[in-house]
Amino acid sequence: MQPLLSQACWDTLYMVGWSTLIAVVVGLPLGVLLVLTDRGGLLQNALANKLIGQLVNVVRSMPFIVLMLALTAFTRWVVGTSIGREAAIVPLAIGAIPFFARLVETSVREVDRGLVEAVQSMGGNTWTVVRKVFVPESLPSLISATTTTIVAIIGYSAMAGTVGAGGLGDVAIRYGYQRFEATLMWIVVAILAVAIAIIQFAGDSAARVLHRRAGKGGEPFRFRLFGGFLPAGPVSAEATPAKTR
Amino acid sequence: MITTQGLTKVYRSRGREVTALDGVDLHVREGEVYGVIGQSGAGKSSLIRCVNLLERPTSGTVTVAGQDLTALAGRGPRAGRELREARSRIGMVFQHFNLLSSRTVQDNIELPLEILGKSGKERSAKALELLDLVGLADKAKSYPAQLSGGQKQRVGIARALAGDPKVLLSDEATSALDPETTRSILQLLRDLNQQLGLTVLLITHEMDVVKTVCDSAALMERGQIVESGTVSELLATPGSELAAALFPVSGDASGTDRTVIDVTFHGESATQPVISQLSRTYNIDISILGAAMDTVGGKQVGRMRIELPGRYEDNVVPIGFLREQGLQVEIQGNQDGQSVLLKEGVTK
Repeated sequence: MQPLLSQACWDTLYMVGWSTLIAVVVGLPLGVLLVLTDRGGLLQNALANKLIGQLVNVVRSMPFIVLMLALTAFTRWVVGTSIGREAAIVPLAIGAIPFFARLVETSVREVDRGLVEAVQSMGGNTWTVVRKVFVPESLPSLISATTTTIVAIIGYSAMAGTVGAGGLGDVAIRYGYQRFEATLMWIVVAILAVAIAIIQFAGDSAARVLHRRAGKGGEPFRFRLFGGFLPAGPVSAEATPAKTR
Repeated sequence: MITTQGLTKVYRSRGREVTALDGVDLHVREGEVYGVIGQSGAGKSSLIRCVNLLERPTSGTVTVAGQDLTALAGRGPRAGRELREARSRIGMVFQHFNLLSSRTVQDNIELPLEILGKSGKERSAKALELLDLVGLADKAKSYPAQLSGGQKQRVGIARALAGDPKVLLSDEATSALDPETTRSILQLLRDLNQQLGLTVLLITHEMDVVKTVCDSAALMERGQIVESGTVSELLATPGSELAAALFPVSGDASGTDRTVIDVTFHGESATQPVISQLSRTYNIDISILGAAMDTVGGKQVGRMRIELPGRYEDNVVPIGFLREQGLQVEIQGNQDGQSVLLKEGVTK
């Protein structure tokens, strides 16, 4: 039982890790592009915006299991096989890219237009705006978006067993459900719950630290999964503005 | 230093056209503080954004420091390299400061230098020097969220000066600040104008701002400049709305056989204590009904409404005396017909 579980954990970690990395690397520019090409954006382009937007919507509305099976040929072309861990990474990443891109779009849209204007008035170009304003200013929000994406990918990865990729979800389905091994089922559930709690906690903490530094306040400190488990922390005192000279 | 000719900006949205600027000719001399005042919607914001081409004018030209920026703009909405270089030589401060919340104060000031491709050492030296200049030397490592509004605007000003601009654009820089902070920021702008020979173009809806720092001013209404000139020129212009708003006087005659006159002091003319001289020379009692005076460069500038005993006919000589002193005198009267004639006599 133990080697089975540790192998499953490792498989899940492997798939989730790689597909998150790819989703972030591709989704971030895509999300930024959605903002840039939008009406009033720095690279306003109705056609490109519509195209990217539609693509994102189509992939996002697709049930993951269908997407994974539909992408079989593409997966084989990319990694040389349509079975196994590597083969699962391709659809996982492709499913997560539009998800993350939409979250990035929302985060970047929140950035104050005035900051863009300020950078332009200094002689900055579009790339400067992306690098110095969009990304750093929305970083807390981008970290939250990444956390949400990881959790979503863990969810998707449970279906990866369909293409023989293993992982915790696969163990739960094949052993826990089909063989009625209830203990194993509950162990998997516990591992997933703890893993998600840890990821959520780490992401939230990182986002909150950055958020607080930027003086945006934010909700009081709380451990989400076990709501109210930890006491609410005080809102930073340092954000109180000093008296004017 | 800054010249606009026939500047027009038309916004089109969903088939509707809104004219924000309607043929604006602006001329800002080197080394002066020029204020454009107007109500919201008058086109001030569009005007200042057209000066560094954050907004593309629909027609007309903008020349800053002898360089025709409209010619650099090229086609399309994106700014080419030449325009971006020209912008980096024009500082700009904003109403809402527009500081990056993710960067420290020092890093915010270094941002324009990063864009200019300066080395790290150069950047931090310049940033610290500027922080010292704006009086925030101890705040280098703070984040904007830890600063008060006035301090944020000081950072904004320091940042605008990082590229050693000759021109500073101020977009309602004090409108989000309380009166006392406003005064200290305006004082800073004044000091920078004098120390660095900086030309400042500011837009505002507060008359006090114009009164406190501006050498020249323009009044904007519905996308057009309706009045402009140096403060003393404006004062010397009879019926100037700006002058009346800058130096408002009010007060009514206390009786029927009284003469109420408005005396305008401007520029070179008023160096003598004329009112007391008038009183002593002609042995008349003068009541001051209202006055709005300021001392600019050691000279009194402003307007005063005074009341002389007797009708106009009795006061021809004293009024003549005031005119001889080089003062502009306007007779306020309800003696119908006659007063209009008298006024015309004054305005020539």
